[in-house]
Amino acid sequence: MNINATFLGQMIAMAFFLWFCSKYVWPLFVAILEERKKKIADGLEAAARAEKDLEIAQVKSNEQLKEAKAEAAAIIDQANKRAAQIVDEAKEQAREEGQRIIVGANAEIEQEVNRAKEALRAQVSAIAIAGAEKILEGSVDQAANEEMLNKLASEL
Amino acid sequence: MAAESAAELTVQDYITHHLSFLTFGRIDDHWGFAHTPEEAAEMGFWAINVDTMGWSLFLGAGFLWFFRRVAVNASIDSPGGVQNFVEAVVEFVDARVSEAFDYKNELIGPLCLLLFFWILLMNTMDLVPVDLLTTFGAEPLLHSVFHLENAPFKVVPTTDPNITMGMSVTVFLMIIYYSIKNKGLGGFLGELAFHPFGKWMMPFNLIIEVPTLLAKPVSLGLRLFGNLYAGELLFLLIASMLGLWQLPAHFVWAVFHLLVIPLQAFVFMMLTIVYLNAAHEVPHH
Repeated sequence: MNINATFLGQMIAMAFFLWFCSKYVWPLFVAILEERKKKIADGLEAAARAEKDLEIAQVKSNEQLKEAKAEAAAIIDQANKRAAQIVDEAKEQAREEGQRIIVGANAEIEQEVNRAKEALRAQVSAIAIAGAEKILEGSVDQAANEEMLNKLASEL
Repeated sequence: MAAESAAELTVQDYITHHLSFLTFGRIDDHWGFAHTPEEAAEMGFWAINVDTMGWSLFLGAGFLWFFRRVAVNASIDSPGGVQNFVEAVVEFVDARVSEAFDYKNELIGPLCLLLFFWILLMNTMDLVPVDLLTTFGAEPLLHSVFHLENAPFKVVPTTDPNITMGMSVTVFLMIIYYSIKNKGLGGFLGELAFHPFGKWMMPFNLIIEVPTLLAKPVSLGLRLFGNLYAGELLFLLIASMLGLWQLPAHFVWAVFHLLVIPLQAFVFMMLTIVYLNAAHEVPHH
């Protein structure tokens, strides 16, 4: 158990190992741990950012939903108005059409009445002539009385 | 009586044998291995304990190579079990350094990693059964290659004071280097001469401060050596005296020793940090 050159050998070995460790071992681990720390920090930051993004997106989507609802309501409103308008227009058209049909019908009725009057007049004049023939017991010259008969008929 | 003394001699031989080193040096004008502890002592300073030095180099180089390989092949996203373990060790050391060391020095981290894990490995060699690598491994090999009879072979480098003092004195040299670098030579010597009682008590201050300074490497190295030497010695006593009962006894002592092994590595590292931190402290007057 005496001190000998092993003592120096160990000192030299330690100096060499220290050099090696500080140059080729320790810095690698420092770099690895540093890189992992950075990666974890980045990941956490990204997660926080994503969370914030999600919040913003939710707010945005809510806004858009509200907007869409408002728009839909406006469209429905407009559609209702338009429908009412169309119904009104249709009513108006129907009313006009009806009016026109009534006017037409009235005109036709008047025509029919006139025609009936004309026919009646002809028949009445014929009856009148026949009556007159009976009264006079002779025949009445149609041509001679034509003028008088026509005058009578127009008076009817 | 005769048998008893013979048995005693064997126990003593066994323990002495296991406490000796495989020393290579100069004996009688030629280089070679010492055959007896006396021969090893005669070799003087210029001899080397091949066993402890070899294991120390092997463990230090092995663990640095291994750590580097792990770091080079490391994955940031999906670290495997080995990488997790190595990273945990590095982070543990780094946390201790940032807790106890208040200054910026790129060398403290690697120094503490080296000391902690190297000493941990060297201490752990104590858990290898004492005769496994020596009586059944190294001795037959040394016998056949170098014709050494009954050669000692120590596998726990930290039971060699050369190894522990080699490390603690290196730390001591760093303490002195950083003290002078940060405080100046005057500041460093001033700390020894003018504290704690002011300049009129200089001799008294020196009597207190110089031994305090010198005690640092001595206590650092001898604490580690003493703990591991005692542990080893107890394993040897158990192995040599208890017969078959040594198996449970070995187990119990190994469990206790499992606490000592990392604790001593940790203590060596922590004290190194504390000493070097003090070496960076510039007192403001």
